[in-house]
Amino acid sequence: MQITLTINNKVHTWNVEKDEFLADTLRAHGLLSVKKACESSCCGLCTVWVEYKPVLACTILSVRVHGKAVTTIEGVPTEAEEFARVLTAEGAEQCGFCSPGFIMNVLAMKKELINPSEEEIIHYLTGNLCRCTGYMGQLRAVKTYLGVAQV
Amino acid sequence: MKSVGQSIRKVDGLMIATGKPVYTEDLAMSHALVIKIMRSPHAFAKITSIDISRAEKVEGVECILTYKDVPKERFTLAGQSYPEPSPYDRLILDEIVRYVGDEVAIIAAVDEKTALQAMKKIKVVYEVLEPVLDFEQALGHTTVVHPEEDLSCNFDIGLQREKNIASSFKEEVGDVEEEFKRCSVVVEDIYYPQAQAHAMMETYRAFTYLDHTGRLVVVTSTQVPFHIRRQLARALQLPASKVRVVKPRIGGGFGGKQTGSLEVFAGIVTLKTGKPALVIYDRKESFSCTTSRHAMRLKVRVGADQEGVIRAIDIQVLSDTGAYGEHAATVLSCVSYYTLPLYNKTRAVRFTGDAVYTNKMPGGAFRGYGATQGTFALESAVNKLAEQLKMDPTEVRLKNISQVGETFLTGQGVLLGSSSLERCIRKGKELIGWNDKFPCREIGKNKVRAVGMAITMQGSGIANIGTASVELRLNDDGNFTLLTGATDMGTGCDTILTQMAAEILEIPMDTIVLIAGDTDTSPYDPGSYASSTTYVAGTAVVKAATELKQKILEQGAKFLGVPSQNVEVNGSGVRTFRGEKISLAKIAELTVLGTGKLQLVSYATHGSEVSPPPYIAGFAEVEVDKETGKVELIDYVAVVDCGTVINPNLARIQAEGGIVQGIGMALYEEVNYNELGKMASNSFMQYKIPCRKDVGKVRIAFEESFEPTGPFGAKSIGEVVANTPPPAIAHAVYNAVGVRVNHLPITPEKVFVGMQKL
Repeated sequence: MQITLTINNKVHTWNVEKDEFLADTLRAHGLLSVKKACESSCCGLCTVWVEYKPVLACTILSVRVHGKAVTTIEGVPTEAEEFARVLTAEGAEQCGFCSPGFIMNVLAMKKELINPSEEEIIHYLTGNLCRCTGYMGQLRAVKTYLGVAQV
Repeated sequence: MKSVGQSIRKVDGLMIATGKPVYTEDLAMSHALVIKIMRSPHAFAKITSIDISRAEKVEGVECILTYKDVPKERFTLAGQSYPEPSPYDRLILDEIVRYVGDEVAIIAAVDEKTALQAMKKIKVVYEVLEPVLDFEQALGHTTVVHPEEDLSCNFDIGLQREKNIASSFKEEVGDVEEEFKRCSVVVEDIYYPQAQAHAMMETYRAFTYLDHTGRLVVVTSTQVPFHIRRQLARALQLPASKVRVVKPRIGGGFGGKQTGSLEVFAGIVTLKTGKPALVIYDRKESFSCTTSRHAMRLKVRVGADQEGVIRAIDIQVLSDTGAYGEHAATVLSCVSYYTLPLYNKTRAVRFTGDAVYTNKMPGGAFRGYGATQGTFALESAVNKLAEQLKMDPTEVRLKNISQVGETFLTGQGVLLGSSSLERCIRKGKELIGWNDKFPCREIGKNKVRAVGMAITMQGSGIANIGTASVELRLNDDGNFTLLTGATDMGTGCDTILTQMAAEILEIPMDTIVLIAGDTDTSPYDPGSYASSTTYVAGTAVVKAATELKQKILEQGAKFLGVPSQNVEVNGSGVRTFRGEKISLAKIAELTVLGTGKLQLVSYATHGSEVSPPPYIAGFAEVEVDKETGKVELIDYVAVVDCGTVINPNLARIQAEGGIVQGIGMALYEEVNYNELGKMASNSFMQYKIPCRKDVGKVRIAFEESFEPTGPFGAKSIGEVVANTPPPAIAHAVYNAVGVRVNHLPITPEKVFVGMQKL
């Protein structure tokens, strides 16, 4: 079936299967930053924005974003690089596979939370799994990025 | 030093973090055939008939392969240097299936849906056999997991097929029983470290195609490109020269991708069809059809004299290698190699172990590689010993640990070249607040906080086996190319090796292009495992860079018209002591282009005769809820001796990540099966890896030593970091509520039930 949606500020009309998930649709159209690692809404790697709010693209049917605005990391290159510079300065991207989804959630958090506490940061990001870094370096990077004091 | 010792950002960091298409799936051709694997629903069965005729008729199906279509030569998927010490006990597809998930048929179709549709139409009749599911029952079970006669080993690893023993290992020095008799205190216990899943974020995947000369190209998320090439050559019965293996960026490995779990399926499809093929394991397959850490049972006895000097250690191991013997022998022997030399006042030590076949998913390489299991058992026993001696457990360690210049009972005369373990222990005690907190404090009515500790060692590369080659060349524009076979899997070795080359050549890092992980262009390297890259490949880089620097110096001197002892290399070129200069770009131009006819190139191959141990002292503080048995990790301090720290930020992240994997093993993670042998923990909903709320605070400190055989004094760090959390956390839990949980993970149920029995 046909859906019309806005991807990274450009309107597209795409044919999708009725049982197709957004992560697959996005990858099929070359948005290869979108990674899948669990297929069950558990890991946060496929985080993109729908209507500027973070969602898990691996379990959202593509038909459900008809008429909506979808943003991937390709659509926010300046903001993404700004945080990626802080993240990589900590060495906290490691294998990098979870980074795009993580960055999309960090950018969303920055818009949503004002001067968050460490606890609030951890709570907001807890759905983003990472098997490499052990999370400490990511937390240091987020705090630096948000200008929150390191403890 | 300008590059080494600096926290330099990874050379690929920004690109991978912002999602550029540089991983295997991103690079696969969009029209590649999609492969799906039909798997056994039975833990042990023989295929009596398999009918693919209806499936083949599904439109869009390109090929379906069964055991009748594959070469009859057995091989191993273990990515190890030839001759591999793992049994050749596999076929690409076998008539006998040995665990739930074992491969029955390979289906290649135009897309995933078509392949899955075809799978439903394959009719298989099985003769269901009685499986061996409990590894403690495997020895001498009436079921023989590998009844086939053509199973073979490259050399004796103690395999006894009829008894389900994949490998046996024994090591003994002195008379252990005599020594125990002389000890004032002897402790004994049995420990069960569990099977753990790697759960790297990028699941297993590979794609294959034939190149312009008809060779098989395999692009795969692997830690071991050269081993995969050799493995495919044997499995597919091709000359290795007809196979090229390319490793793009990897989304984590942790040892999982040291086993060739799926390359062969894509390879055979491309060979049979001539078409590109892509295989991606979903999370469920990654959990249930690849490998895990070997589950083990370890019986440990440790004896000490009245002063707390450890005199005898005896360890008996039973390791569950599952349906196939990948890494069975070496993980088993590494339990011994990385535990017995930890304490060096011993007069007798003994290690005996068997790795047994069962009808479960195979064990494999996993960060820590036997040291993790062995450390849990030995360190738990030493903590118990300290209690019986009425000594502080940190004091028992300080009294017994190996010192620089010493040899080990089992170490064949090799001297310990570096160690700051004593400083690590002292520093860790201070950081965790040991003297105030040991053993425990009541926090309110139902909660108690306590601390625990453990130490560990690993190796750096495999002595006399792991051999890395590198090539370094000065290009026509004055920049450099560094060719290596080392395999960056996110760990940052591309950056570390570039840092080392830049340091020696005294040039900026961005003038070096590092090319790695392509068997067509890379010099040989076994790959990234056994804590090798910094120590082994790093030394090869130092050698090659030193040689190239000398060549540049000589050429520079020649062009400047002075003897080479009158010049020095500095940054951008060569200059005489009087100040005349020639730039690198000019030297390159004059040598590479036109009349010079001499591109400056250096090569080095390095293998170490020793495998110097990195050390860690790990300290855990936990809070236990006495009403529920829930353990909350408050603080974890790990003090690391990895020799010289080449890149502090990358080393810190490696350590933090390894500690958190260890925390997962201690508290949350467990591969488990139902009574029919079907894996129950095959998604992130059933298999819990730590999320950021589960790990408390992890703090890393470095106590540098200088390893004389290492590049710039460096040793390894990648694996040793995984080992201390299980014993340190178990110790802390015991100190909190008096319950010893010897069967990992330490769940609230086990703690609670244990408390009821006190």
